Amino acid sequence: MYETNYHRAGSVADAVRMLTEAEDGKFLAGGQTLLPTMKQRLAAPSDLVDITKIPDMKGIREEGNQIVIGAATPHAEVAASALVKSRLPGLATLAGGIGDPAVRHMGTIGGSIANNDPAADYPAALVGLGASVTTSKRTLAAEDFFIGMFDTALDEDEIVISVAFPAAEKSAYAKYPNPASRYAMAGVFVARHADGSVRVAVTGAGQSGVFRVDGMEDALAANWSPEAVAEMSLDSSNMLHDVHGSARYRANLVTVMAKRAVAAAG
Amino acid sequence: MSKVSMVLNGKAVSADVEDRTLLVSFIREVRQLTGTHVGCDTSQCGACVVHVDGKAVKSCTMLAAQADGAEVLTIEGLAGDSGLHPIQAAFREHHGLQCGFCTPGMVMSALDMINRHGPGNLDEQTIRHELEGNICRCTGYHNIVKAIKAASDQMAGMAQAAE
Ligand SMILES: Cc1cc2nc3c(=O)[nH]c(=O)nc-3n(C[C@H](O)[C@H](O)[C@H](O)COP(=O)(O)OP(=O)(O)OC[C@H]3O[C@@H](n4cnc5c(N)ncnc54)[C@H](O)[C@@H]3O)c2cc1C
Ligand code: FES
Ligand code: FES
Repeated sequence: MYETNYHRAGSVADAVRMLTEAEDGKFLAGGQTLLPTMKQRLAAPSDLVDITKIPDMKGIREEGNQIVIGAATPHAEVAASALVKSRLPGLATLAGGIGDPAVRHMGTIGGSIANNDPAADYPAALVGLGASVTTSKRTLAAEDFFIGMFDTALDEDEIVISVAFPAAEKSAYAKYPNPASRYAMAGVFVARHADGSVRVAVTGAGQSGVFRVDGMEDALAANWSPEAVAEMSLDSSNMLHDVHGSARYRANLVTVMAKRAVAAAG
Repeated sequence: MSKVSMVLNGKAVSADVEDRTLLVSFIREVRQLTGTHVGCDTSQCGACVVHVDGKAVKSCTMLAAQADGAEVLTIEGLAGDSGLHPIQAAFREHHGLQCGFCTPGMVMSALDMINRHGPGNLDEQTIRHELEGNICRCTGYHNIVKAIKAASDQMAGMAQAAE
């Protein structure tokens, strides 16, 4: 790892100032993506601004019909939260399946979505539930936040403060993890909202990150059962194709995971 | 350079280190506690697991500066005056190690899972799932799982006896 300067921010304003003053600074959350990247010398920020000690960015609370999660909240806390388990069981399952226990103790929801790895789990939940992301500058719908592989709408000096998830009537997540890395080969988040609308969001499989499957959403809105999606085959031309699996394999995995997710949602 | 202070295995320590110093380097090189191992470059093997404020973390994927002000527990901090910690004793009893390289991380992860689930509340499937971040090249895991189950059950008995 190249040399760097570590700073600890006490407030969002503090963090933005520290980053603006730095030559080539980066926010540091759980460090579970940024530090491995720095160790491999694929990133060399001059300054790291630790945002995990900012009180406004931590914790899980209910606001009206929404569950609001501070960006610096670690995966383990989301997975163990009684509130999340009762209102959004799919989200609790998803957080509990990220990496391993040590990664979940450090890694945060804000870091995960800011990074937008095409195989990361959280983007599927944000898009599947129609969440909104509040930053130091604005509030964005999840679908406007995720732009493409490792790309988001965030400016360099913009911090994710929290994510608000509308509570769904039913929600579930099914993931086929890469056996070595635990990242998703295909992960499907399904949610049915009180007005009967359905969302199906897929991570791990698409070439440009998370995407929705309209055909599955329509089929499930008409008939909420695993059979409704069991025979659906997806176009594989936009699927990832790499050493871990071919595009057609991934397209098929999406159908299998969608079926499992609906079954798990009940 | 920054001054980093922490309570390491119950003892207050501090040192001036470069900001890029990893927690594992602080533990091994600055504090000369070499029980915590480094087995990979990719944050995947778990040989470096220690507890920070009571939670298992990979010390190769955390800066020492992030642990400033924290309580850190390493494998050296487990055994008491009366001998091995029950988890260490169970690893010996059940042959939970061969070369021993992964063992410090395995034991610290075992303690973390017992703390979270409560002693006596671990079944084989849970233990295997919880060990996802700890890789062993020797044992094939069976005896590690057995050792953790035995330690968890024994610690439940000890907790009951103490009540
Ligand atoms: C062994 C291992 C297995 C893993 N498995 C999985 C998995 O199965 N699924 C999965 O989804 N992920 C997985 N991860 C990644 C993990 O979830 C990371 O924690 C996460 O991707 C990044 O979160 P972080 O808090 O660690 O962020 P950091 O590494 O600290 O930061 C990541 C990036 O986001 C930026 N950033 C962080 N917080 C904010 C914020 N609030 N606002 C703006 N920018 C911010 C940083 O500047 C940096 O560019 C794994 C990681 C490891 C090491
Ligand atoms: S040394 Fe391998 S995970 Fe830390
Ligand atoms: S005992 Fe050798 S790596 Fe586990």
